[in-house]
Amino acid sequence: MTLAVASGKGGTGKTTIATNLAMVAAEKYGQVTLLDCDVEEPNSHIFIKGTKIKEEIVNIKIPEVDESICTECGACSNFCQYNAIMSLKGKPVVFKEMCHSCGGCTLVCQPKAIHEVDHRIGLINFYSLGKINLIDGLLDVGSPLSPPLIGAVKKLEGKDTLNIIDAPPGTSCPVIEAIKDADYIILVTEPTPFGLNDLVLAVEVSRKLNKKFAVAINRVGSGDDRVHRYCKDENIPIILEIPDDRRIAELYSNGKTILDNLPEYRKSFEEVLTKIGVVIQNGQ
Amino acid sequence: MDNRPREIVVISGKGGTGKTSISASLAYLSQDCIVADCDVDAADLYLLLKPISIERQDFYSGHIAEINQEKCAGCGICKDLCRFDAIKANNNAKFSVEPSSCEGCKVCVEFCPEKAIDFPERLCGEWMKSETRVGFMVHAKLGIAAENSGKLVALIRSEAKKLAQEKDKKLIIIDGPPGIGCPVIASITGATDVLVVTEPTLSGIHDLERVLSLANHFRIKPYICINKFDLNLDMSEKIESVAKELGAKVIGKIRYDKLVTKAQIEAKTIVESNIPSAQDIIDMWERLKVN
Repeated sequence: MTLAVASGKGGTGKTTIATNLAMVAAEKYGQVTLLDCDVEEPNSHIFIKGTKIKEEIVNIKIPEVDESICTECGACSNFCQYNAIMSLKGKPVVFKEMCHSCGGCTLVCQPKAIHEVDHRIGLINFYSLGKINLIDGLLDVGSPLSPPLIGAVKKLEGKDTLNIIDAPPGTSCPVIEAIKDADYIILVTEPTPFGLNDLVLAVEVSRKLNKKFAVAINRVGSGDDRVHRYCKDENIPIILEIPDDRRIAELYSNGKTILDNLPEYRKSFEEVLTKIGVVIQNGQ
Repeated sequence: MDNRPREIVVISGKGGTGKTSISASLAYLSQDCIVADCDVDAADLYLLLKPISIERQDFYSGHIAEINQEKCAGCGICKDLCRFDAIKANNNAKFSVEPSSCEGCKVCVEFCPEKAIDFPERLCGEWMKSETRVGFMVHAKLGIAAENSGKLVALIRSEAKKLAQEKDKKLIIIDGPPGIGCPVIASITGATDVLVVTEPTLSGIHDLERVLSLANHFRIKPYICINKFDLNLDMSEKIESVAKELGAKVIGKIRYDKLVTKAQIEAKTIVESNIPSAQDIIDMWERLKVN
Protein backbone atom coordinates (compact mmCIF):
# COMPACT_ATOMS: atom_id res chain seq x y z
CA MET A 1 0.00 0.00 0.00
CA THR A 2 1.16 3.52 -0.82
CA LEU A 3 0.26 6.58 1.16
CA ALA A 4 1.13 10.00 -0.26
CA VAL A 5 1.50 13.16 1.82
CA ALA A 6 0.82 16.18 -0.39
CA SER A 7 -0.31 19.80 -0.26
CA GLY A 8 -1.12 22.67 -2.58
CA LYS A 9 0.75 25.17 -0.45
CA GLY A 10 4.39 24.70 0.43
CA GLY A 11 5.69 24.70 3.98
CA THR A 12 2.55 23.31 5.55
CA GLY A 13 4.22 20.29 7.15
CA LYS A 14 4.36 17.48 4.57
CA THR A 15 7.82 16.36 5.59
CA THR A 16 6.98 16.59 9.30
CA ILE A 17 3.96 14.34 8.81
CA ALA A 18 5.60 11.92 6.37
CA THR A 19 8.66 11.34 8.57
CA ASN A 20 6.76 10.99 11.84
CA LEU A 21 4.24 8.65 10.21
CA ALA A 22 7.07 6.55 8.83
CA MET A 23 8.51 6.19 12.33
CA VAL A 24 5.19 5.17 13.88
CA ALA A 25 4.47 2.77 11.04
CA ALA A 26 7.88 1.14 11.33
CA GLU A 27 7.23 0.39 15.00
CA LYS A 28 3.77 -0.90 14.29
CA TYR A 29 4.10 -2.81 11.05
CA GLY A 30 7.78 -3.44 10.40
CA GLN A 31 9.52 -2.36 7.20
CA VAL A 32 8.51 1.02 5.80
CA THR A 33 9.75 2.66 2.62
CA LEU A 34 9.75 6.44 2.75
CA LEU A 35 10.05 7.94 -0.74
CA ASP A 36 11.03 11.61 -0.80
CA CYS A 37 9.55 12.75 -4.11
CA ASP A 38 10.06 16.44 -3.39
CA VAL A 39 13.13 16.12 -5.59
CA GLU A 40 13.64 19.87 -6.02
CA GLU A 41 14.07 20.32 -2.28
CA PRO A 42 14.11 16.94 -0.49
CA ASN A 43 14.24 17.32 3.30
CA SER A 44 13.17 13.97 4.78
CA HIS A 45 16.82 12.96 5.21
CA ILE A 46 17.29 15.85 7.64
CA PHE A 47 14.84 14.17 10.04
CA ILE A 48 15.41 10.49 9.31
CA LYS A 49 19.11 10.42 10.02
CA GLY A 50 19.90 7.06 8.47
CA THR A 51 23.06 5.48 7.17
CA LYS A 52 23.61 6.13 3.50
CA ILE A 53 23.67 2.80 1.68
CA LYS A 54 24.29 3.93 -1.87
CA GLU A 55 23.43 6.43 -4.56
CA GLU A 56 22.37 5.99 -8.15
CA ILE A 57 22.55 8.44 -11.00
CA VAL A 58 19.32 8.99 -12.91
CA ASN A 59 19.52 9.65 -16.62
CA ILE A 60 16.94 10.30 -19.26
CA LYS A 61 17.38 9.42 -22.90
CA ILE A 62 18.07 12.34 -25.19
CA PRO A 63 18.80 12.35 -28.92
CA GLU A 64 22.23 12.55 -30.50
CA VAL A 65 22.53 13.17 -34.22
CA ASP A 66 25.10 11.42 -36.36
CA GLU A 67 25.98 14.19 -38.82
CA SER A 68 27.51 11.78 -41.30
CA ILE A 69 24.11 10.13 -41.78
CA CYS A 70 21.85 13.19 -41.30
CA THR A 71 20.34 14.48 -44.57
CA GLU A 72 19.21 17.73 -42.94
CA CYS A 73 15.60 17.01 -43.89
CA GLY A 74 14.25 18.76 -40.77
CA ALA A 75 11.76 16.01 -39.85
CA CYS A 76 13.07 15.80 -36.28
CA SER A 77 12.80 19.51 -35.54
CA ASN A 78 9.41 19.73 -37.23
CA PHE A 79 8.16 16.89 -35.10
CA CYS A 80 9.51 17.88 -31.68
CA GLN A 81 6.74 19.44 -29.58
CA TYR A 82 9.18 20.89 -27.05
CA ASN A 83 11.62 22.76 -29.33
CA ALA A 84 14.32 20.47 -27.97
CA ILE A 85 15.75 19.76 -31.39
CA MET A 86 15.96 22.65 -33.83
CA SER A 87 17.35 22.99 -37.32
CA LEU A 88 19.95 25.72 -37.43
CA LYS A 89 21.04 26.29 -41.04
CA GLY A 90 19.77 22.79 -41.74
CA LYS A 91 21.73 21.08 -39.01
CA PRO A 92 19.72 19.70 -36.10
CA VAL A 93 20.89 20.99 -32.71
CA VAL A 94 19.72 19.37 -29.48
CA PHE A 95 18.69 21.51 -26.48
CA LYS A 96 19.12 18.96 -23.71
CA GLU A 97 17.19 20.76 -20.97
CA MET A 98 14.07 21.02 -23.13
CA CYS A 99 13.94 17.32 -24.06
CA HIS A 100 11.08 15.28 -22.57
CA SER A 101 12.59 12.04 -23.77
CA CYS A 102 9.57 10.96 -25.83
CA GLY A 103 11.71 9.29 -28.49
CA GLY A 104 9.74 10.95 -31.33
CA CYS A 105 12.71 12.39 -33.22
CA THR A 106 14.43 9.02 -33.30
CA LEU A 107 11.28 7.44 -34.74
CA VAL A 108 10.61 10.05 -37.44
CA CYS A 109 14.19 10.19 -38.69
CA GLN A 110 14.10 8.26 -41.97
CA PRO A 111 17.86 7.79 -42.49
CA LYS A 112 18.14 6.63 -38.85
CA ALA A 113 20.67 9.32 -38.02
CA ILE A 114 19.43 9.78 -34.46
CA HIS A 115 20.26 7.52 -31.56
CA GLU A 116 19.67 8.11 -27.87
CA VAL A 117 22.24 8.79 -25.19
CA ASP A 118 22.01 9.21 -21.43
CA HIS A 119 21.59 12.67 -19.98
CA ARG A 120 21.93 13.02 -16.23
CA ILE A 121 19.09 14.82 -14.40
CA GLY A 122 19.75 13.89 -10.79
CA LEU A 123 20.56 11.33 -8.14
CA ILE A 124 18.73 8.88 -5.96
CA ASN A 125 20.07 8.41 -2.42
CA PHE A 126 19.34 5.31 -0.38
CA TYR A 127 19.39 5.52 3.42
CA SER A 128 18.52 3.02 6.11
CA LEU A 129 17.45 3.68 9.69
CA GLY A 130 16.16 0.69 11.62
CA LYS A 131 13.08 -0.49 9.77
CA ILE A 132 12.85 2.61 7.61
CA ASN A 133 14.28 2.66 4.11
CA LEU A 134 14.51 6.25 2.99
CA ILE A 135 14.85 6.78 -0.74
CA ASP A 136 15.22 10.34 -1.92
CA GLY A 137 15.52 11.93 -5.33
CA LEU A 138 17.79 14.96 -5.70
CA LEU A 139 17.30 16.95 -8.89
CA ASP A 140 20.48 18.45 -10.34
CA VAL A 141 20.56 22.23 -10.00
CA GLY A 142 19.69 23.73 -13.39
CA SER A 143 17.74 20.70 -14.55
CA PRO A 144 14.14 21.80 -15.10
CA LEU A 145 12.26 18.53 -15.36
CA SER A 146 11.46 16.81 -12.11
CA PRO A 147 8.73 14.30 -13.17
CA PRO A 148 11.13 11.73 -14.72
CA LEU A 149 13.19 11.70 -11.50
CA ILE A 150 10.05 11.43 -9.39
CA GLY A 151 9.00 8.50 -11.58
CA ALA A 152 12.39 6.84 -11.00
CA VAL A 153 12.04 7.22 -7.21
CA LYS A 154 8.53 5.77 -7.30
CA LYS A 155 9.72 2.68 -9.13
CA LEU A 156 11.65 1.82 -5.95
CA GLU A 157 8.50 1.36 -3.86
CA GLY A 158 8.75 -1.65 -1.58
CA LYS A 159 6.61 -4.57 -2.73
CA ASP A 160 6.03 -5.91 0.76
CA THR A 161 6.29 -2.74 2.79
CA LEU A 162 4.12 0.22 3.51
CA ASN A 163 5.24 3.05 1.22
CA ILE A 164 4.98 6.68 2.26
CA ILE A 165 5.53 9.37 -0.36
CA ASP A 166 6.64 12.86 0.67
CA ALA A 167 5.27 14.77 -2.34
CA PRO A 168 6.34 18.14 -3.73
CA PRO A 169 4.08 21.18 -3.16
CA GLY A 170 1.72 22.56 -5.80
CA THR A 171 -0.89 21.16 -8.14
CA SER A 172 0.84 20.58 -11.48
CA CYS A 173 3.03 17.95 -13.17
CA PRO A 174 5.46 17.05 -10.36
CA VAL A 175 2.66 16.58 -7.82
CA ILE A 176 0.59 14.51 -10.21
CA GLU A 177 3.55 12.28 -10.98
CA ALA A 178 4.15 11.79 -7.25
CA ILE A 179 0.59 10.97 -6.22
CA LYS A 180 -1.12 9.44 -9.25
CA ASP A 181 -0.49 5.83 -8.23
CA ALA A 182 -1.00 6.23 -4.48
CA ASP A 183 -3.76 4.34 -2.68
CA TYR A 184 -4.45 7.13 -0.25
CA ILE A 185 -3.52 10.80 0.00
CA ILE A 186 -3.15 12.97 3.06
CA LEU A 187 -3.52 16.64 2.11
CA VAL A 188 -1.71 18.86 4.58
CA THR A 189 -2.82 22.43 5.13
CA GLU A 190 -2.96 25.22 7.70
CA PRO A 191 -5.97 27.15 8.98
CA THR A 192 -5.38 30.35 7.00
CA PRO A 193 -6.76 31.95 3.80
CA PHE A 194 -3.70 30.77 1.83
CA GLY A 195 -3.99 27.32 3.38
CA LEU A 196 -7.64 27.01 2.39
CA ASN A 197 -7.16 28.38 -1.13
CA ASP A 198 -4.43 25.85 -1.88
CA LEU A 199 -6.24 23.01 -0.12
CA VAL A 200 -9.26 23.50 -2.38
CA LEU A 201 -6.97 23.14 -5.42
CA ALA A 202 -5.33 20.03 -3.98
CA VAL A 203 -8.76 18.51 -3.27
CA GLU A 204 -9.81 19.18 -6.85
CA VAL A 205 -6.66 17.44 -8.12
CA SER A 206 -7.25 14.45 -5.84
CA ARG A 207 -10.86 14.19 -7.01
CA LYS A 208 -9.84 14.46 -10.63
CA LEU A 209 -7.41 11.57 -10.11
CA ASN A 210 -10.16 9.58 -8.33
CA LYS A 211 -8.15 9.22 -5.15
CA LYS A 212 -9.22 8.53 -1.61
CA PHE A 213 -8.00 11.34 0.58
CA ALA A 214 -8.23 13.05 3.94
CA VAL A 215 -6.96 16.33 5.35
CA ALA A 216 -4.34 17.00 8.02
CA ILE A 217 -4.39 20.49 9.55
CA ASN A 218 -1.15 21.82 10.93
CA ARG A 219 -0.68 24.78 13.32
CA VAL A 220 -4.30 24.58 14.51
CA GLY A 221 -5.03 27.73 16.51
CA SER A 222 -2.79 30.01 14.46
CA GLY A 223 -5.56 31.15 12.13
CA ASP A 224 -9.31 30.66 12.07
CA ASP A 225 -11.81 27.87 11.43
CA ARG A 226 -12.27 28.28 7.67
CA VAL A 227 -10.48 25.03 6.80
CA HIS A 228 -12.50 23.08 9.37
CA ARG A 229 -15.71 24.53 7.97
CA TYR A 230 -14.72 23.71 4.40
CA CYS A 231 -13.92 20.09 5.30
CA LYS A 232 -17.24 19.76 7.08
CA ASP A 233 -19.20 21.22 4.16
CA GLU A 234 -17.39 18.98 1.69
CA ASN A 235 -17.58 15.88 3.89
CA ILE A 236 -13.81 15.46 3.88
CA PRO A 237 -12.41 13.65 6.91
CA ILE A 238 -9.85 15.49 9.03
CA ILE A 239 -7.41 12.76 9.90
CA LEU A 240 -4.86 14.69 11.95
CA GLU A 241 -4.66 18.02 13.72
CA ILE A 242 -1.36 19.37 15.00
CA PRO A 243 -1.69 22.39 17.28
CA ASP A 244 0.32 25.59 16.83
CA ASP A 245 3.02 24.61 19.31
CA ARG A 246 6.26 26.60 19.38
CA ARG A 247 8.11 23.49 20.60
CA ILE A 248 7.26 21.72 17.32
CA ALA A 249 8.59 24.67 15.31
CA GLU A 250 11.81 24.62 17.33
CA LEU A 251 12.27 20.86 16.88
CA TYR A 252 11.67 21.26 13.17
CA SER A 253 14.21 24.06 12.90
CA ASN A 254 16.84 21.79 14.44
CA GLY A 255 15.97 18.77 12.28
CA LYS A 256 14.37 16.78 15.09
CA THR A 257 11.23 14.69 14.96
CA ILE A 258 8.10 15.16 17.05
CA LEU A 259 7.93 11.47 17.89
CA ASP A 260 11.34 11.30 19.53
CA ASN A 261 10.83 14.44 21.55
CA LEU A 262 7.17 15.10 22.28
CA PRO A 263 5.62 11.75 23.23
CA GLU A 264 2.21 13.34 23.81
CA TYR A 265 1.74 13.55 20.04
CA ARG A 266 2.49 9.89 19.38
CA LYS A 267 -1.11 8.77 19.72
CA SER A 268 -2.42 11.13 17.04
CA PHE A 269 0.08 9.79 14.49
CA GLU A 270 -0.81 6.21 15.41
CA GLU A 271 -4.47 7.02 14.90
CA VAL A 272 -3.79 8.26 11.38
CA LEU A 273 -2.63 4.81 10.38
CA THR A 274 -5.55 3.12 12.11
CA LYS A 275 -8.02 5.49 10.47
CA ILE A 276 -6.65 4.86 7.02
CA GLY A 277 -6.99 1.19 7.77
CA VAL A 278 -3.51 0.32 6.72
CA VAL A 279 -3.28 -3.36 5.99
CA ILE A 280 0.16 -4.54 5.19
CA GLN A 281 0.16 -7.46 2.83
CA ASN A 282 3.50 -8.91 3.62
CA GLY A 283 2.83 -12.16 1.82
CA GLN A 284 3.55 -14.29 4.85
CA MET B 1 20.20 49.90 -23.35
CA ASP B 2 18.89 49.92 -19.85
CA ASN B 3 15.46 51.37 -19.76
CA ARG B 4 14.08 47.91 -19.18
CA PRO B 5 12.34 47.77 -15.81
CA ARG B 6 13.97 46.26 -12.77
CA GLU B 7 12.43 42.86 -12.13
CA ILE B 8 12.66 41.55 -8.57
CA VAL B 9 11.61 37.89 -8.30
CA VAL B 10 10.77 36.60 -4.82
CA ILE B 11 11.62 32.91 -4.55
CA SER B 12 12.51 30.56 -1.72
CA GLY B 13 13.55 27.01 -2.50
CA LYS B 14 11.49 25.78 0.42
CA GLY B 15 7.77 26.47 0.33
CA GLY B 16 5.83 28.35 2.98
CA THR B 17 8.58 30.76 3.98
CA GLY B 18 6.52 33.90 3.34
CA LYS B 19 7.11 34.77 -0.34
CA THR B 20 3.56 35.96 -0.96
CA SER B 21 3.23 38.05 2.20
CA ILE B 22 6.56 39.72 1.46
CA SER B 23 5.89 40.28 -2.27
CA ALA B 24 2.55 41.92 -1.46
CA SER B 25 4.16 44.15 1.15
CA LEU B 26 6.93 45.24 -1.22
CA ALA B 27 4.37 46.05 -3.91
CA TYR B 28 2.39 48.07 -1.39
CA LEU B 29 5.49 49.99 -0.32
CA SER B 30 6.41 50.72 -3.92
CA GLN B 31 2.96 51.95 -5.01
CA ASP B 32 4.52 52.38 -8.42
CA CYS B 33 5.20 48.92 -9.81
CA ILE B 34 3.60 46.12 -11.76
CA VAL B 35 3.04 43.09 -9.56
CA ALA B 36 2.83 39.54 -10.94
CA ASP B 37 2.00 36.20 -9.38
CA CYS B 38 4.17 33.52 -10.95
CA ASP B 39 3.40 30.87 -8.35
CA VAL B 40 0.72 29.61 -10.70
CA ASP B 41 0.38 26.26 -8.92
CA ALA B 42 -0.79 27.89 -5.73
CA ALA B 43 -1.56 31.48 -6.62
CA ASP B 44 -2.38 33.22 -3.35
CA LEU B 45 -1.39 36.81 -3.99
CA TYR B 46 -4.90 37.70 -5.15
CA LEU B 47 -6.19 36.92 -1.66
CA LEU B 48 -4.24 39.90 -0.32
CA LEU B 49 -4.45 42.30 -3.25
CA LYS B 50 -8.10 41.66 -4.26
CA PRO B 51 -7.55 42.33 -7.98
CA ILE B 52 -10.38 43.49 -10.21
CA SER B 53 -9.70 42.00 -13.60
CA ILE B 54 -9.73 44.23 -16.66
CA GLU B 55 -8.70 41.57 -19.16
CA ARG B 56 -8.90 37.80 -19.11
CA GLN B 57 -7.61 35.27 -21.63
CA ASP B 58 -7.54 31.51 -21.97
CA PHE B 59 -4.12 29.93 -21.78
CA TYR B 60 -3.48 27.14 -24.24
CA SER B 61 -0.24 25.26 -24.12
CA GLY B 62 0.82 22.29 -26.15
CA HIS B 63 -1.56 19.59 -27.28
CA ILE B 64 -3.16 16.46 -25.94
CA ALA B 65 -3.76 13.12 -27.63
CA GLU B 66 -7.35 11.84 -27.84
CA ILE B 67 -8.15 8.46 -29.35
CA ASN B 68 -11.25 8.36 -31.50
CA GLN B 69 -13.05 5.24 -30.29
CA GLU B 70 -14.87 4.78 -33.62
CA LYS B 71 -11.62 4.60 -35.55
CA CYS B 72 -9.40 2.73 -33.03
CA ALA B 73 -8.62 -0.76 -34.30
CA GLY B 74 -7.14 -1.88 -31.00
CA CYS B 75 -3.65 -2.64 -32.39
CA GLY B 76 -1.89 -1.17 -29.34
CA ILE B 77 0.99 0.44 -31.25
CA CYS B 78 0.26 3.71 -29.41
CA LYS B 79 0.59 2.01 -26.04
CA ASP B 80 3.89 0.41 -27.02
CA LEU B 81 5.36 3.69 -28.23
CA CYS B 82 4.15 5.94 -25.40
CA ARG B 83 6.99 6.57 -22.96
CA PHE B 84 4.72 8.25 -20.42
CA ASP B 85 2.48 5.29 -19.74
CA ALA B 86 -0.45 7.49 -20.75
CA ILE B 87 -2.33 4.95 -22.85
CA LYS B 88 -4.65 2.47 -21.20
CA ALA B 89 -6.46 -0.53 -22.65
CA ASN B 90 -10.23 -0.18 -22.39
CA ASN B 91 -12.50 -3.12 -21.72
CA ASN B 92 -13.81 -2.84 -25.30
CA ALA B 93 -10.44 -3.99 -26.71
CA LYS B 94 -9.63 -0.41 -27.69
CA PHE B 95 -7.33 2.16 -26.16
CA SER B 96 -7.68 5.57 -24.59
CA VAL B 97 -5.44 8.33 -23.27
CA GLU B 98 -5.08 9.16 -19.60
CA PRO B 99 -5.03 12.98 -19.84
CA SER B 100 -3.08 13.54 -16.62
CA SER B 101 -0.21 11.38 -17.94
CA CYS B 102 -0.16 12.62 -21.56
CA GLU B 103 2.80 14.92 -22.28
CA GLY B 104 1.55 15.89 -25.72
CA CYS B 105 4.59 14.49 -27.53
CA LYS B 106 2.59 13.43 -30.63
CA VAL B 107 4.34 10.08 -31.06
CA CYS B 108 1.08 8.09 -30.84
CA VAL B 109 -0.65 10.51 -33.24
CA GLU B 110 2.11 10.12 -35.81
CA PHE B 111 2.35 6.36 -35.72
CA CYS B 112 -1.29 5.28 -35.39
CA PRO B 113 -1.92 3.23 -38.56
CA GLU B 114 -5.64 4.09 -38.47
CA LYS B 115 -5.03 7.82 -38.00
CA ALA B 116 -7.42 7.48 -35.09
CA ILE B 117 -5.75 9.90 -32.71
CA ASP B 118 -6.73 13.57 -32.56
CA PHE B 119 -4.32 16.17 -31.21
CA PRO B 120 -6.24 19.27 -30.09
CA GLU B 121 -4.66 22.19 -28.27
CA ARG B 122 -4.75 21.82 -24.53
CA LEU B 123 -6.54 24.43 -22.43
CA CYS B 124 -4.34 24.81 -19.35
CA GLY B 125 -5.89 27.73 -17.55
CA GLU B 126 -6.43 31.45 -17.89
CA TRP B 127 -4.48 34.59 -17.18
CA MET B 128 -5.63 38.02 -16.15
CA LYS B 129 -4.60 41.66 -16.12
CA SER B 130 -6.10 43.38 -13.11
CA GLU B 131 -6.18 46.56 -11.10
CA THR B 132 -5.39 46.53 -7.41
CA ARG B 133 -4.88 49.13 -4.70
CA VAL B 134 -1.12 48.83 -5.23
CA GLY B 135 -1.19 49.10 -9.01
CA PHE B 136 -1.60 46.76 -11.96
CA MET B 137 -1.29 43.03 -11.50
CA VAL B 138 -0.78 40.12 -13.91
CA HIS B 139 -1.78 36.70 -12.62
CA ALA B 140 -3.23 33.38 -13.67
CA LYS B 141 -5.29 30.41 -12.73
CA LEU B 142 -3.82 27.12 -13.83
CA GLY B 143 -6.39 24.45 -14.69
CA ILE B 144 -6.79 21.54 -12.30
CA ALA B 145 -4.07 18.96 -12.89
CA ALA B 146 -2.89 21.00 -15.89
CA GLU B 147 0.60 20.95 -17.32
CA ASN B 148 3.09 23.52 -18.47
CA SER B 149 3.20 25.87 -15.54
CA GLY B 150 6.65 26.93 -16.79
CA LYS B 151 5.16 28.28 -20.01
CA LEU B 152 2.42 30.08 -18.11
CA VAL B 153 5.05 31.68 -15.88
CA ALA B 154 6.95 32.87 -18.95
CA LEU B 155 3.74 34.31 -20.39
CA ILE B 156 2.88 36.19 -17.19
CA ARG B 157 6.34 37.70 -17.04
CA SER B 158 6.25 38.85 -20.63
CA GLU B 159 2.80 40.39 -20.14
CA ALA B 160 4.01 42.11 -16.97
CA LYS B 161 6.92 43.58 -18.93
CA LYS B 162 4.63 44.83 -21.68
CA LEU B 163 2.37 46.41 -19.10
CA ALA B 164 5.35 48.04 -17.38
CA GLN B 165 6.37 49.60 -20.66
CA GLU B 166 2.85 50.74 -21.45
CA LYS B 167 2.34 52.30 -18.01
CA ASP B 168 5.90 53.58 -17.78
CA LYS B 169 6.75 51.65 -14.60
CA LYS B 170 10.36 51.01 -13.67
CA LEU B 171 9.77 48.09 -11.35
CA ILE B 172 8.14 44.66 -11.55
CA ILE B 173 7.70 42.61 -8.39
CA ILE B 174 7.13 38.92 -8.92
CA ASP B 175 5.80 36.45 -6.39
CA GLY B 176 7.65 33.31 -7.48
CA PRO B 177 7.13 29.58 -6.99
CA PRO B 178 8.97 27.31 -4.54
CA GLY B 179 11.55 24.73 -5.60
CA ILE B 180 14.31 24.88 -8.23
CA GLY B 181 12.59 23.23 -11.21
CA CYS B 182 10.86 24.34 -14.38
CA PRO B 183 8.54 27.08 -13.01
CA VAL B 184 11.35 28.60 -10.91
CA ILE B 185 13.74 28.60 -13.84
CA ALA B 186 11.02 30.23 -15.98
CA SER B 187 10.52 32.84 -13.24
CA ILE B 188 14.12 33.93 -12.88
CA THR B 189 15.83 33.61 -16.27
CA GLY B 190 16.65 37.09 -17.46
CA ALA B 191 15.40 38.80 -14.29
CA THR B 192 17.50 41.53 -12.71
CA ASP B 193 17.31 40.45 -9.05
CA VAL B 194 16.07 37.56 -6.99
CA LEU B 195 15.06 37.95 -3.38
CA VAL B 196 15.33 34.58 -1.67
CA VAL B 197 13.12 34.27 1.39
CA THR B 198 14.35 31.67 3.83
CA GLU B 199 13.71 30.64 7.42
CA PRO B 200 16.13 29.66 10.19
CA THR B 201 15.62 25.90 10.00
CA LEU B 202 17.87 23.09 8.80
CA SER B 203 15.47 22.50 5.90
CA GLY B 204 15.51 26.20 5.11
CA ILE B 205 19.32 26.25 4.92
CA HIS B 206 19.45 23.09 2.82
CA ASP B 207 16.95 24.52 0.34
CA LEU B 208 18.60 27.96 0.36
CA GLU B 209 21.92 26.48 -0.74
CA ARG B 210 20.25 24.80 -3.70
CA VAL B 211 18.30 27.87 -4.78
CA LEU B 212 21.40 30.08 -4.48
CA SER B 213 23.37 27.76 -6.70
CA LEU B 214 20.49 27.96 -9.18
CA ALA B 215 20.72 31.78 -9.10
CA ASN B 216 24.48 31.51 -9.64
CA HIS B 217 23.89 29.06 -12.49
CA PHE B 218 21.79 31.70 -14.25
CA ARG B 219 24.06 34.55 -13.10
CA ILE B 220 21.36 36.49 -11.30
CA LYS B 221 22.27 38.49 -8.24
CA PRO B 222 20.56 37.05 -5.17
CA TYR B 223 19.50 38.94 -2.05
CA ILE B 224 18.44 37.03 1.03
CA CYS B 225 15.68 37.73 3.49
CA ILE B 226 15.58 35.68 6.69
CA ASN B 227 11.96 35.47 7.74
CA LYS B 228 11.18 34.66 11.40
CA PHE B 229 14.92 35.07 12.05
CA ASP B 230 14.45 35.16 15.85
CA LEU B 231 12.84 31.69 15.97
CA ASN B 232 16.31 30.17 15.96
CA LEU B 233 19.18 32.63 16.23
CA ASP B 234 21.88 29.98 15.77
CA MET B 235 20.36 28.90 12.47
CA SER B 236 20.02 32.54 11.39
CA GLU B 237 23.72 33.01 12.03
CA LYS B 238 24.43 29.91 9.94
CA ILE B 239 22.37 31.37 7.11
CA GLU B 240 24.45 34.54 7.24
CA SER B 241 27.64 32.56 6.90
CA VAL B 242 26.23 30.38 4.09
CA ALA B 243 25.16 33.58 2.34
CA LYS B 244 28.62 35.06 2.67
CA GLU B 245 30.22 31.90 1.30
CA LEU B 246 27.93 31.89 -1.71
CA GLY B 247 28.33 35.59 -2.40
CA ALA B 248 24.79 36.60 -1.51
CA LYS B 249 23.78 39.55 0.63
CA VAL B 250 21.37 39.26 3.56
CA ILE B 251 19.24 42.32 2.94
CA GLY B 252 16.47 41.79 5.44
CA LYS B 253 15.67 40.05 8.69
CA ILE B 254 12.05 39.85 9.66
CA ARG B 255 11.04 39.00 13.20
CA TYR B 256 8.61 36.18 14.04
CA ASP B 257 5.23 37.81 14.33
CA LYS B 258 2.05 35.89 15.09
CA LEU B 259 0.00 38.81 13.82
CA VAL B 260 1.02 38.10 10.21
CA THR B 261 -1.70 35.46 10.05
CA LYS B 262 -4.23 37.94 11.40
CA ALA B 263 -3.26 40.41 8.67
CA GLN B 264 -3.70 37.64 6.10
CA ILE B 265 -7.17 36.86 7.46
CA GLU B 266 -8.06 40.55 7.09
CA ALA B 267 -6.70 40.45 3.51
CA LYS B 268 -4.14 43.11 4.32
CA THR B 269 -0.44 43.20 3.56
CA ILE B 270 1.88 43.16 6.56
CA VAL B 271 2.91 46.78 6.05
CA GLU B 272 -0.70 47.98 5.93
CA SER B 273 -1.44 46.26 9.22
CA ASN B 274 1.08 48.18 11.23
CA ILE B 275 2.19 45.10 13.15
CA PRO B 276 5.70 44.74 14.64
CA SER B 277 7.22 42.89 11.64
CA ALA B 278 6.06 45.66 9.26
CA GLN B 279 9.03 47.80 10.29
CA ASP B 280 11.46 45.01 9.32
CA ILE B 281 9.96 44.85 5.84
CA ILE B 282 10.08 48.64 5.48
CA ASP B 283 13.78 48.55 6.42
CA MET B 284 14.42 45.81 3.87
CA TRP B 285 12.58 47.78 1.19
CA GLU B 286 14.72 50.85 1.85
CA ARG B 287 17.85 48.75 1.35
CA LEU B 288 16.47 46.97 -1.72
CA LYS B 289 15.59 50.28 -3.38
CA VAL B 290 19.15 51.57 -3.28
CA ASN B 291 20.93 48.29 -4.04
